[in-house]
Amino acid sequence: MTLLAVSNLARSFGGIQAVADMNFTLENGEIRAIIGPNGAGKTTFVSMISGRVEPSGGSICFDDIDITGLRSWERVRQGIVYTFQITSVYRNLSCFENVALAAQQQLGRDLPFWRHPPRAALTVAVEMVLEKVGLLARKTELAGELAYGHQRLLEVAMGLALQPRLLILDEPTQGLSESEIANFCALVKEIGRGATILLIEHNMDVVMELAHRITVMSNGRLLAEGTPAEIMANIDVQRAYLGT
Amino acid sequence: MTPALRARRILLLHGGLALLLLLCQFVLPDYHHTNFVSIMVLAVYALGYNLLVGYTGLLSLGHAMFFAAGLYGAGMGVHYFAWNPVVAFIAGAAAGLFLAVLVGLVALRTSGVAFMIVTMMFAQAAFLTTLYFNDVTHGDEGLTLTQAARSFALFGTVIDLTNPAIRYNLAWLLLAGALAVMLLVVLSPAGRVLIAIRENEERTRMLGYDVRRYKLAALGVSGLLSGAAGAAYVLFFGYVGSSFAAIPYSIYPLLWVLLGGVGTVAGPVIGTLLMFYLIEIARDYSSSYMIVVGAILLVLVLFFPKGIIGSWRARGQGWIP
Repeated sequence: MTLLAVSNLARSFGGIQAVADMNFTLENGEIRAIIGPNGAGKTTFVSMISGRVEPSGGSICFDDIDITGLRSWERVRQGIVYTFQITSVYRNLSCFENVALAAQQQLGRDLPFWRHPPRAALTVAVEMVLEKVGLLARKTELAGELAYGHQRLLEVAMGLALQPRLLILDEPTQGLSESEIANFCALVKEIGRGATILLIEHNMDVVMELAHRITVMSNGRLLAEGTPAEIMANIDVQRAYLGT
Repeated sequence: MTPALRARRILLLHGGLALLLLLCQFVLPDYHHTNFVSIMVLAVYALGYNLLVGYTGLLSLGHAMFFAAGLYGAGMGVHYFAWNPVVAFIAGAAAGLFLAVLVGLVALRTSGVAFMIVTMMFAQAAFLTTLYFNDVTHGDEGLTLTQAARSFALFGTVIDLTNPAIRYNLAWLLLAGALAVMLLVVLSPAGRVLIAIRENEERTRMLGYDVRRYKLAALGVSGLLSGAAGAAYVLFFGYVGSSFAAIPYSIYPLLWVLLGGVGTVAGPVIGTLLMFYLIEIARDYSSSYMIVVGAILLVLVLFFPKGIIGSWRARGQGWIP
């Protein structure tokens, strides 16, 4: 079943065509990696899916509903969750509070604006997610005082607490150590059992390990798409990106 | 710290502060007794201002319009339509709420410096309106409400708002109510979202929150408290004039909140009290006391940005809301 269908999506900044004529589909339950050289338009592309950047043309369908006109926060409620490339946690709040903000939104989604989910249910939800990413022991620590790798995990935890149907991870392993990357990959696989994942990633080992399929972008356009093996063998990709 | 212990400490701090203010009426000499009525009413204004500036991260430079909306809403009603003071108070508070939502629908399209300028412009327009309709408002000169107009019957007893004891206790009741409202809002899940907006607006939007709606609600409650303070002020002191709508009354609450602690519940009350007396003292020495106000503002922003309660909280007292 197709979860996300993007057709002819485009965006230009001034005279620069950041993304042009992108057609893209994502199957339910898939882990998809988007790769491409810097400036290929990867972040602009996923930003249009998450609603942070308005497209200048084309349309986006999520679960067979046209969401092109929805605001970013409305898309989150539909299940499209974006985790930031540059870590964006609430530095002055505790880990618990950070995740509680996400969980509170998820649990209270169907309540009217002035009502909120019960505290006990919230605590359970928050602690379950913190446990999953391995930060439960640090729940009272301030997010800004966590090590960088832990901040990235907290960022993912906030995404998880929203119970995403499509989780967009924008360069999640950037700045992580080897051992942290191994843990991270295990976590993403685990998340992948319950959600569809769209991953922008530069680390090819991570891409090869996680992705079911790979989409290659270059100069704002789709260059190639296929299984990891197909992409590795693709001459165009090698020329544009892998450099061999 | 367990939630129960935190709740007890919060109750102790804010209940204690309120109780102290209640008991002050028995020891204060007449002059300061009246000052404290002013301070408590203005503290409600500061509390309302702080909800927006301290908890939502929106710096308004035009809150005088909401204070004045309450002042004029209640004052004009009593003067021209002989409204019962209770009705006038409710009308004044509602005027603050209404104006805040109206201004918010436009001003909240901006943020940061633009928001400061837009709110200041709206407030100037409101100030000039009070001058323009000089025939009705009597502009700078203002209007005085009679003693008769400021008393009302409640369950058969006459309540006279010019009576110092009644005035003091009603002002205290208003402040205690405003403190309770602030605690309820700030400690609620909605308060958590407001703080999140202050800390990182884009992140909060990407958690699925309709940020503009929360901001509008915060501005509405802020306007309501400011309007309630304005309405109480005119009913307690019987005077309404344009000076309350002018720029200084937009800057004072910023000063009170900065001194007491921006983004703390108790801070604005302490800040209003101290600043009121600092200005009193400065006024004794010079007629250009606004220079002192400006100097204090500079010192606070440069060297003491967390204010009194904020600095206390930063010293390991993270439980303070």
